[in-house]
Amino acid sequence: MQHDASDAALHIEDLYKSYGPKLVLENVDLSTMEGTFCSVVGPSGCGKSTLFRLVLGEETPSKGLIYIQGEPVTGPGTDRGIVYQRYSLFPHLTVLDNVALGRNLRTPLAERWRDRKAIRDEAMAFLERVRLAEHAGKHPHELSGGMQQRVAIAQALVTKPKLLMMDEPFGALDPETREAMQLFILELWEEQRMTVFFVTHDMEEAVFLGTRVLVLSQHYTDDRGDDPSVKRGSRIIADYELPSAASSTKAKTSPEFLDLTQEIRRIGFSPEHLRHVADFNLRHPDSFQTLTALEKRP
Amino acid sequence: MRARILALVPFAIAIGAYLVASHLRLADNPQDKVLPSLAQMAGAVQRMAFQPDPQSGDYVLWKDTWASLWRIALGVGSAAVLALLAGLNMGLRPVLKELFGSFLTFLSMVPPLAVLPILFITLGVDEVAKVALIFLGVFPVVARDMLLTVEKIPREQITKAITLGASRWAIVYRIVMPQVLPRLIDNIRLALGAAWLFLIAAEAIAATEGLGYRIFLVRRYLAMDVILPYVFWIVALGFSFDWGLRRLVAWRYGWYLVAAK
Repeated sequence: MQHDASDAALHIEDLYKSYGPKLVLENVDLSTMEGTFCSVVGPSGCGKSTLFRLVLGEETPSKGLIYIQGEPVTGPGTDRGIVYQRYSLFPHLTVLDNVALGRNLRTPLAERWRDRKAIRDEAMAFLERVRLAEHAGKHPHELSGGMQQRVAIAQALVTKPKLLMMDEPFGALDPETREAMQLFILELWEEQRMTVFFVTHDMEEAVFLGTRVLVLSQHYTDDRGDDPSVKRGSRIIADYELPSAASSTKAKTSPEFLDLTQEIRRIGFSPEHLRHVADFNLRHPDSFQTLTALEKRP
Repeated sequence: MRARILALVPFAIAIGAYLVASHLRLADNPQDKVLPSLAQMAGAVQRMAFQPDPQSGDYVLWKDTWASLWRIALGVGSAAVLALLAGLNMGLRPVLKELFGSFLTFLSMVPPLAVLPILFITLGVDEVAKVALIFLGVFPVVARDMLLTVEKIPREQITKAITLGASRWAIVYRIVMPQVLPRLIDNIRLALGAAWLFLIAAEAIAATEGLGYRIFLVRRYLAMDVILPYVFWIVALGFSFDWGLRRLVAWRYGWYLVAAK
């Protein structure tokens, strides 16, 4: 083991998850340092959402452990903030109350009353940062999809989570709003340098946003051979370190960007090009891989 | 505007037909009691609502109204509060649903009027039995709907609340309850019709005051001049509660009306 679980923002080792006979995730190894914008990309059905729910603690692994800054994950907790594609906001609360909720829920009643102005001001400051201060009194249904996601990001950040987890957060937005939101989250990341775990099926989005791109896929091979009886679950088949965030969507047309998305498409999204586990491109310095004797014969 | 005029047409036809029929019958026999004229009904209202009863000194209509509304409020109110608690707790704690789910379904299948004799025998013929009948008629239906509503809240929201620091208590009473309250109010609106039915049935059998009691009392004298205004009064009460609750939802829970679309 090359990595010590305690100094990583997120550390996953030998993670397996199966539902009945179906093996979804197999021997997933992943370690992320603090301040990394980690995109996880993969074809649909590769188990991205399963991995997300496991890190979230909504589900328990069949085997393996997940650590957040050295603490094993046992269930959903306050060290992780979430932004979903939908359902991130509470429809019955105003925008301001949604953002203040994290503070309100953690403050005992008496102090909540005493500090109500401070809590309100803090929430307003976050709303200003996501440029929605003038909408503080509205309810979520009065906002556009992009605005709702900005509120959701502010809501998750107020409590200063160790890990900001986002599951296809821009998946339901129209292309223009989506690009604006991508630039917005990058700007916010530049400012705060929070650790982000960003799951998407859109490889352009993953490459554009991430300082690290992890490809999760079931399309690979190993020493167990290609007999159909061998059941393989998804694992991380490529791991790239990227220069820190771009500031304009023009980066999406640069040759390096196109080459990388091409490569990810070829290795991760197509069953015709199967790479052997020993030949994965795990170039990122934090990357590590533990193979069983069956997967790679000594 | 056109819609309002059209909506008034059936009322106008019904009233007109009644007035014509009443006029013809009374012309034939001035002592007829079945279709009283407007003046006769107005006289009855004057007697019931604005003159003290010669024997008891009570203003009968108001005394009856107060008695009936108090029973409805107790029955529907207790049913609503308990149905909310049952729905919340069963919807969020699987073990409670496993424990009480089938029993609740069973309870909702019991026709309340069929157990009315049991209520009178066990609880006596006083207020408790009448309130209990309304409760039995309203609670199971509302509780089941609240359970379904709570279960429809996305699981993501609960997880999200936990990551924001919500305790189990906070999830139930600060995240989920405020979201199902408008639905509870809608349920009360729908349940009020049933509540009146059970109230009048109970009052018809054993009571000393109440709107239903009075209607069944004066029926013996064929006092249609009292019965008809009482029926309209009940309709007016029901209509205004429905309107008031609808306004309450629109005023307090604008997000709910949009989300329900």
